[in-house]
Amino acid sequence: MERIPILRMGNYLLVTIQVDMHDKLALTLQDDLTNRIIEANAKGVLIDISSLEIVDSFIGRTLANIASMARVLDAETVVVGMQPAVAITLVELGMSLPGIRTALNVESGMEYLRETVADHEESDGYIGDSTED
Amino acid sequence: MAISGTVQKTETVPIASSSDVVLVRQRVRVWTTEMKFSLVEQTKIVTAASELGRNTLEHGGGGTLELALVLNGARQGLRLRFSDKGPGIADISLAMKDGYTTGSGLGLGLGGSKRLMNEFEIDTKPGGGTTITAIRWK
Amino acid sequence: MSKFLEAIQANRKSILQDWTQRLKSVDRRRDLLDDRELDTDAKNVLSAIADVPAETTPDDINAAGWQPLKELLANLSVLRAAKGFTPSETAIFVLSLKPSLFTVARQQWGKDAGELFLEISAINDFLDKLALHTTDSYIHGRDQVIARQQEEMLELSTPVVTLWDGIVALPLIGTLDSARTQVVMESLLQAIVQTNSRFAIIDITGVPTVDTLVAQHLLKTITAARLMGAECILSGIRPQIAQTIVHLGINLEDVITKSKLADAFRLALERSGRKVVRVDKSNGANTMSPRGV
Repeated sequence: MERIPILRMGNYLLVTIQVDMHDKLALTLQDDLTNRIIEANAKGVLIDISSLEIVDSFIGRTLANIASMARVLDAETVVVGMQPAVAITLVELGMSLPGIRTALNVESGMEYLRETVADHEESDGYIGDSTED
Repeated sequence: MAISGTVQKTETVPIASSSDVVLVRQRVRVWTTEMKFSLVEQTKIVTAASELGRNTLEHGGGGTLELALVLNGARQGLRLRFSDKGPGIADISLAMKDGYTTGSGLGLGLGGSKRLMNEFEIDTKPGGGTTITAIRWK
Repeated sequence: MSKFLEAIQANRKSILQDWTQRLKSVDRRRDLLDDRELDTDAKNVLSAIADVPAETTPDDINAAGWQPLKELLANLSVLRAAKGFTPSETAIFVLSLKPSLFTVARQQWGKDAGELFLEISAINDFLDKLALHTTDSYIHGRDQVIARQQEEMLELSTPVVTLWDGIVALPLIGTLDSARTQVVMESLLQAIVQTNSRFAIIDITGVPTVDTLVAQHLLKTITAARLMGAECILSGIRPQIAQTIVHLGINLEDVITKSKLADAFRLALERSGRKVVRVDKSNGANTMSPRGV
């Protein structure tokens, strides 16, 4: 079955959505991500939508669901690279995706995740291996 | 139908499964590209088509999309007509409100699609199917 | 197939000759169009009429079969306008085909007054519609030029300025209407992507009035930027505008606002982890400049 690949980078999961997803594929992605977050004990999920030319309300809700589920599993989600035309259309549709953190690109998205995860680790009193400066 | 214009060419896309909603997006994209709409306009039209196509599938139990090139004087427009023989919409104004859902996530579909297009008309009867016609002018 | 269309097909050559002769004898703009071009234009138009598919009737010029003719006339209209012809001159080009067709009609149906009347009326209607189509095309073409020029003017008048790495500013000047705001929105968002800017300052010092519609558009722009991963700061809010916003009940809760562009810039710098420091110049040797400063 067709699936969207999920890459693991240490504590983070990276998903690049490049195809025009049909609904079942989007739901499969939701499931897969939830499983992988647990499996990898991931602290952060980065979803790259810079290739997506269309984001309708279903995809929007899928992204929101992914963010909520990840949060429940103590992982932070960031959606990066939304195209201007897509942003304009989503706003016109009435979707502002309030619960979702966004960033311009993969680089700033990862920066955000590292900072947030580091903050969480501090407040949890957990001292993990610090790989960032 | 009060929507104005003479029809030039048409194409019909059947909507019977979720992969057909993808087909709807693709075909509408091809038409908007040929008609030389701007990128933002294309995105709006294809997104509206996706919303309405999904509605037709999930709320209407499947149906068809008819794409048409319409002419009004020298102005060109793309007309999308989604028809189904489903349960119809009992309360249109309620369905058009953002956030309204019958549980299957109709949510923003109708109200949002209306905002993305220039003309928008719903023809429906409870138990008698639904036809939604939307036009975007160039 | 309509009777007069059949007649045109059968008498193509003589009609063309008659028509072009008339076109050349009338006091026309020889400086703008030479004989050869005129001949080509007339030939193409007549062919487009004569070669139309059999099922196409002249009473509906919006039928698919007439598309090639309509496109040809539309192009001709636009080209001639560019050359300096008035829309009437181009319409007359089409209308001057009437006498040629009337002549053929009289030859074919002269003996039957009723038939002759029907065909002449049909020819008349048909050519009138075509002439009007050339006028519509001319107007439409001109509208498109105006629209494009307006867009270009809008784009020029809404330059997005890069204040620093990752910080852009959009100083808005003048009134904001729906069309203008669309263009503004798109250029700002485009600029954010191109310059990789996390912060965008929208300065409305130069905007005289803000009504609900304008505020809605600004809010949409800000929300779209946020979806892309950039934060907008609204600056240049004058006291009157602040009052209007409150009176209209516009909700700017989620928007960062500053009265001065400078404050907005400082905030953006801070948020992006930067600081502006004054460098102390008085160290060591007495460095007096020639002006004694």
